[in-house]
Amino acid sequence: MSMRRLVLALAVVLAPSAYAADPLRLGKPVPADVVAAWDTTVFPDGRGLPQGGGTAEQGRAIYDAKCSNCHGPEGRGETAEELVGREIPLTDPDTAQTIGSFWPYATTLFDYTRRAMPMDKPGSLSVDEAYAVAAYLLQLNGVVAPGDVMNAQSLPKVQMPNRDGFKRIDAK
Amino acid sequence: MAGSRDSDDVLQPAAGGGLLHRRALLSQGLILATATAAAPAFAGEPAVSQSADPLDPHPASLTTPGAPFSPYGQPSQHERRIMRAVGSNADVPGNGVSWTPLEALEGIITPSGLHFERHHNGVPAIDPRQHRLMIHGLVRQPLTFSLEALQRYPMQSRLLFLECGGNSNAGWHAEPIQRPVGSFHGLVSCSEWSGVPLAMLLDEAGVDPQAQWAVVEGADAGALNVSVPLAKLREDCLVALYQNGERLRPEQGYPMRLIVPGWEGILNVKWLRRLHLTAEPAMSRDETAKYTELQPDGTARQFTYVMEAKSVITSPSAMQRLKDKGFYEIKGLAWSGRGRVARVEVSADGGKSWTDAQLQDPVLPRCFTRFRAAWNWSGEPAILKSRATDETGYVQPERETLVAERGRRGYFHYNAIVAWAVADDGTVSHVYA
Ligand code: HEC
Repeated sequence: MSMRRLVLALAVVLAPSAYAADPLRLGKPVPADVVAAWDTTVFPDGRGLPQGGGTAEQGRAIYDAKCSNCHGPEGRGETAEELVGREIPLTDPDTAQTIGSFWPYATTLFDYTRRAMPMDKPGSLSVDEAYAVAAYLLQLNGVVAPGDVMNAQSLPKVQMPNRDGFKRIDAK
Repeated sequence: MAGSRDSDDVLQPAAGGGLLHRRALLSQGLILATATAAAPAFAGEPAVSQSADPLDPHPASLTTPGAPFSPYGQPSQHERRIMRAVGSNADVPGNGVSWTPLEALEGIITPSGLHFERHHNGVPAIDPRQHRLMIHGLVRQPLTFSLEALQRYPMQSRLLFLECGGNSNAGWHAEPIQRPVGSFHGLVSCSEWSGVPLAMLLDEAGVDPQAQWAVVEGADAGALNVSVPLAKLREDCLVALYQNGERLRPEQGYPMRLIVPGWEGILNVKWLRRLHLTAEPAMSRDETAKYTELQPDGTARQFTYVMEAKSVITSPSAMQRLKDKGFYEIKGLAWSGRGRVARVEVSADGGKSWTDAQLQDPVLPRCFTRFRAAWNWSGEPAILKSRATDETGYVQPERETLVAERGRRGYFHYNAIVAWAVADDGTVSHVYA
C-alpha cells in the first residue's frame, strides 16, 4: 500500500464523523415499564406527579415524626435549614430564602421531599406521605389552607409567591 | 549564565511594592536559588528531624535496604498533613464539602485524592456490574448502557478545572474570612477526565428535535437531579469513566459521572444514572432553591452555568508567614469557564500598579493555568492581588465592583480579585482592599 493510500485509509477510520455515521449500538433497548419505574422526574406543569394525595393536617404528624429532628419544630430550622418564613422581603439583607419566600414551584417540594428526604432514610416516604408533608410545609408558609388536598391536579396550581422572581442567565 | 548586566536589568521593578520584571524568573541562577532558599520560610512545611545531621555523609538511606514495592503508592508520611479540609452537617455526616488544599499544591493537576468534594448525602457504594446509565424521554429508543459497553466506545481525554458554584462564597461575608486559601477557594480542582462523548450516546438513542434539555440524575442517596441544556451536552460533555488515568474515585462518581466543561460543579452529576430528554427543565430543587443567586432587587439569577474567569495567589497566601525580606515567587492559579486564560496580572501595592505574571505552559481552555511572578519583599507591609483576563476579554472584577452589582446575598459565583496583606512581621492575612 502506498503511503498516500495508507494515510487515506487511516483518515477514514479515524474521522470522528465515522463514529457518528455508524454508532456502535451497544446501548440496550429498555422496555416501557422499566423506563416508567425509573422515571421519577416531576415537571412544574404536573407531568410526572403520581396518583395519591394528602393534606397539611395529615402532614403535620409525619413532619413531627420524620423531619423535625433536623429541621426543628414547625420548620423553623435546627441542624438543617429552616423551611418556613415569608415575613422578611427578599430585598431585605436579613431575608431568608425559604419555601414560602423563594421557591418558585410547589411541584419541586414534592419531588425533592420524595427523592431526598428524610435525609436519614431518603426515598422512604409513600406517595401519600410526600404529598401530605408537602401540604403541611406549604401551609406553614401560608401558601395553602390546612384542609387543602395536595395531589397531581392541585399541586401544580399552587401559586408560589416568588413564582416570577427568577431571571434566566445562561439558558432560556 | 546571567551576566551581571542582565541581572541588573531583570531586577528592575516592573510595578510598585517590589514586583520584578517577568524575566527575573527566567534568570535561573539568580532567582530560582533564592526562591528555593526562601521556601521553608512559610509556616506549615514538614518539620526537619532534629536528631539527624543534614550533612551526614552516610545517612541511613544510603546504607539500609529500602521498603519493598507497594501495589498502590501513597504520599510520603511526611506529607500526611496535606489533606482536604472537611466541613459537614452535624446530623448528616455525608452532607457538606471538603476543600482542596490549594496552598500545598504545585502545577495544575490536583491529585485525585485531594479533589474537592460536595456531597448532598454521602458517597454511595456502587457495584459497577450492577450500574446502568439510562437515556430516555424525547428519544427514538430508550437505552441503557453498562460500564462494560461504555468501555468499548471511542473516548476523549481533557484537562479541565471543575469548580463548585458555591466556591469562595465566604467572599460575600462582611468581614474577610481568615483561612488557608484552600479552605476558602478550594472547591475547585483540576484533573484529566477521560470518557465517552455524550453526543455519541445521544445519537444512538436518537434525540427528538423537540428536546432542549436533559434532566440528569445521580445514583446517590436522594438521587440528585438537575437539568442541563441539550446544546451543551452535545457540544463537549463527557460520560467520564477515568480521572487522572485511573477509574473514578468513589467520591468522584464511580463508576461514571457527567463532565460539563467550564460549567458549575452541580451539573457534573456524579454516579450518573439517568438522562431524561425533555423540552423543559424540571425545576428541581438544585436549580431553583439552590444554585440560584438572590440579587439586591429581590430577583434571583437562575441557570448561571459558566464559571467566570478567576485567579488566586496560592503562595504567599493567608495564614502563611514570610520569615525574611527578600525574593519570593508569587504563584497562583487562574481559570475561566469560557476558554483560555489570556493574562494574569499581579500587584504588590493593593492594585495601584500591576505587572504581567508569567503563564506557565500548558495554557488550555477551561483548565487551571499556573502563573508566577518574581517579588522582592522589602519587609514593609504589602498587599498582593492577582487579576485574570480570559480570551474573551472578560476581566476578573474587584470585590467592590462585584458586590455593587450583585449585593452580598447571592452566595454562588463569587469570582472577585482576592487580596492578601503581608504585615511587616511577614504574616499574611486576607483583606478587602
Ligand atoms: C437527618 C436530618 C434530616 C431529616 C430527618 C430531614 N431533613 Fe430535610 N434536609 C436536611 C439537610 C441537611 C438539608 C440540606 C441538604 C443540602 O443542601 O444538601 C435538608 C433540606 C431539605 C429541604 C430543602 C430546603 C431548601 O430550602 O433547599 C427540604 C424541603 C427538606 N429538607 C424537607 C424535609 C422533610 C419534609 C423531611 C421529613 C420527611 C426532612 N427534610 C427530614 C436534613 C434532614
